[in-house]
Amino acid sequence: MQDTAHINTNGKHTHTYDAIVIGSGISGGWAAKELCQHGLKTLVLERGRDVKHIIDYPTYNTPPWELPYRGHIAREQRKKNPLISKAAGYAADTAHFFIEDADHPYVQEKPFDWIRGYQVGGKSLTWGRACQRWSDFEFSAPQRYGYAVDWPIRYDDVAPWYGHVERFIGVCGIKEGIESMPDGEFLPGYELNCVEQHIKDVLWKKFKRHYVSGRWAHITQPQEIHTQQGRGQCQNRNLCMRGCPYGGYFSSVTSTLPWAQKTGNLTVAPHSVVHSIMYDEEKGRATGVRVINAQTNEATEYFARIIFVNASALNTNLILLNSTSDRFPNGLGNDNGLLGKYICFHNYRGNMGGDFEGFKDKYYRVTRPVECIIANYRNLHRQETDFIGGYTIFSGAYREKLSDKGIEPMLGAAFKEAISEPGTWGAYMYMQGETIPKASNHVRLSPDQRDQWGIPLLVTSVGYDDNDEKMVQDFLEQGRAMLEAAGAVNIRTNDTKQPPGLDIHEMGGARMGHDPATSLLNKWNQLHHCQNVFVTDGACMTSTGNQSPSILYMALTARAANYAVERLKKAEM
Amino acid sequence: MNRRELLKHIAVLTGASVVGADFFLTGCAPEGKDIGLFSAADVALLDDIAETIIPRTTTPGARDAQTGAFIADFVTHCYDDDEQKALIAGLSALTTAAKTQHNRAFGKLKQTEQLEVLSKIAAEAKAYNEQQTGDFIPHYFTLLQQLTLLGFFTSEQGYTQVLRYEMIPGPYEGCVDYKNGEKAWAN
Repeated sequence: MQDTAHINTNGKHTHTYDAIVIGSGISGGWAAKELCQHGLKTLVLERGRDVKHIIDYPTYNTPPWELPYRGHIAREQRKKNPLISKAAGYAADTAHFFIEDADHPYVQEKPFDWIRGYQVGGKSLTWGRACQRWSDFEFSAPQRYGYAVDWPIRYDDVAPWYGHVERFIGVCGIKEGIESMPDGEFLPGYELNCVEQHIKDVLWKKFKRHYVSGRWAHITQPQEIHTQQGRGQCQNRNLCMRGCPYGGYFSSVTSTLPWAQKTGNLTVAPHSVVHSIMYDEEKGRATGVRVINAQTNEATEYFARIIFVNASALNTNLILLNSTSDRFPNGLGNDNGLLGKYICFHNYRGNMGGDFEGFKDKYYRVTRPVECIIANYRNLHRQETDFIGGYTIFSGAYREKLSDKGIEPMLGAAFKEAISEPGTWGAYMYMQGETIPKASNHVRLSPDQRDQWGIPLLVTSVGYDDNDEKMVQDFLEQGRAMLEAAGAVNIRTNDTKQPPGLDIHEMGGARMGHDPATSLLNKWNQLHHCQNVFVTDGACMTSTGNQSPSILYMALTARAANYAVERLKKAEM
Repeated sequence: MNRRELLKHIAVLTGASVVGADFFLTGCAPEGKDIGLFSAADVALLDDIAETIIPRTTTPGARDAQTGAFIADFVTHCYDDDEQKALIAGLSALTTAAKTQHNRAFGKLKQTEQLEVLSKIAAEAKAYNEQQTGDFIPHYFTLLQQLTLLGFFTSEQGYTQVLRYEMIPGPYEGCVDYKNGEKAWAN
């Protein structure tokens, strides 16, 4: 393709920055913010279109009756998009923040639902917003139980950066002093409803397990740092994924990118598909990034002293694998051949629900954009199950809406009356399980198939294993036992058997580690063999833990960016 | 002034026979129009069925929310072929049932008769669904119930006047007392 035909090399001077950040999603936004704040002229490359806060939230205030088909996806659109229409949150009011299947093919050697959102802000616009901290149990588990490789960092290395991120983005929560889920610097948390409070009491009494209010990236009480960002209090509209006009939840578009913009150091280049990172053998470092304009197909080169790769876990793998040179024929920094291997994800297959017969005189005022969490209780201090790893459970209780209350036949005035009042209480649980990285779960470049810009397609070969099956079973048994203990009836458990990917928590491929022989990145997220390239998105993950990863990516990014700036100031890079 | 006279007046006034007057004269739904796979008469029938399921009481009903038009549009664009076929065949069956039982079109029946016809079909639907296993297309009446509830409770009337709705809800309270008769939150 044109990647060699129309290279614009005339403007080397104008195409030179201090730093390049590939990707504008949740971690790329943080790289941009930190680097710009430290005075680095920073170019953010985004393969999709621009999205500006509020201006590009076309549905933020649209009531359901004004949406086509009341927000449901039309048959033709669903048929055209069998993959992306499966994504959590994908509907007529949010579809513009997701890709179209046909535009972005990849090869599934095993079924893998690769969910993508290509625009400025990436998937931070549509993320789940759960922000629990990892504990040392997770950082030390691979070393203690002998899987993957040892993380080169521990909780203490990241804790201050968690705080740094929490203060800026705003995370609500209630401090509980739980060992397996450390407290953060929280804004006021959401109180539990009365059934959740009941479950909490029972789980503590009978299981010594923790049922806590969600730690979510919502501003429940704006601090000065939030008003400075132009963000206000969450209004509990529960329409987050459309983009929030109040900036009530965190996204790159609401927060980090505008903040970086204010420094005068930020340039955002939408429609910039990164082809590869260029490496200069003499200098022994990466010199820049080769980009193809998504609309014109024109290739351009940009240059910088440091490069942050935040393209989303699998695309970061793709870019590194496609960044070949005489020195790195198998991909940038890939001397050990492990780049693209040890892909892992979160197991979301298990879910369940049950009903509660009492509490009919209790309700809640408005619905809430956060869930509750049962902190992991498996394999903390020692290996105690027949599977490795742990799982977090998300949960909540609610009163049914449009509940028929047994009125037969289901029609007429009495029926209408009944279904417009809240029904029986129900509670649900679903798992977020750790998966164990293994070399056979991998991504690689297709040798013969290319995308519309001439870039090799990514082949995904990622599946479940026996450990995952056992964990699902354990969750289904334990969850049922917990619901039963709390007095739930009519308990329904379910293994969706959904393919990996739909969790949208794919990780690994360029894992961190102590040893260049067994890992790609060091403890500062630098490529061992190309130290001016930092990878701080999901690709860097050595193991998956069981907590939601996004805030860890943000913390690692801020940590790495500050380290990079220090090194640059000392002229060590 | 009757309808015919009104039309004559308008025709004289505007110098042309009134467009759409045929409908007006035959008493077909004045705002009626074909929607996707459904004729204006079908849409009127859908409204009649939806109104029987969710009638106007002290609050608006399905017809007020133009639920028939929603169903026609939704089925045309969101249902798969076999689902569409099931629903359309169901409408014929329902029309036949009304004719067999009362010798009139469903729309011409008294409210109590409409309730009676649909109650019978609802019982059949329940029995039918209970016999099915695996993935199956529910009985057509179940589809109609789903569509009615979906359409009505996402309509402005259903959302804001029958359920409890606050556009900007503000503070959340986890545990509040509930008194019988209070409506469920729409959002």
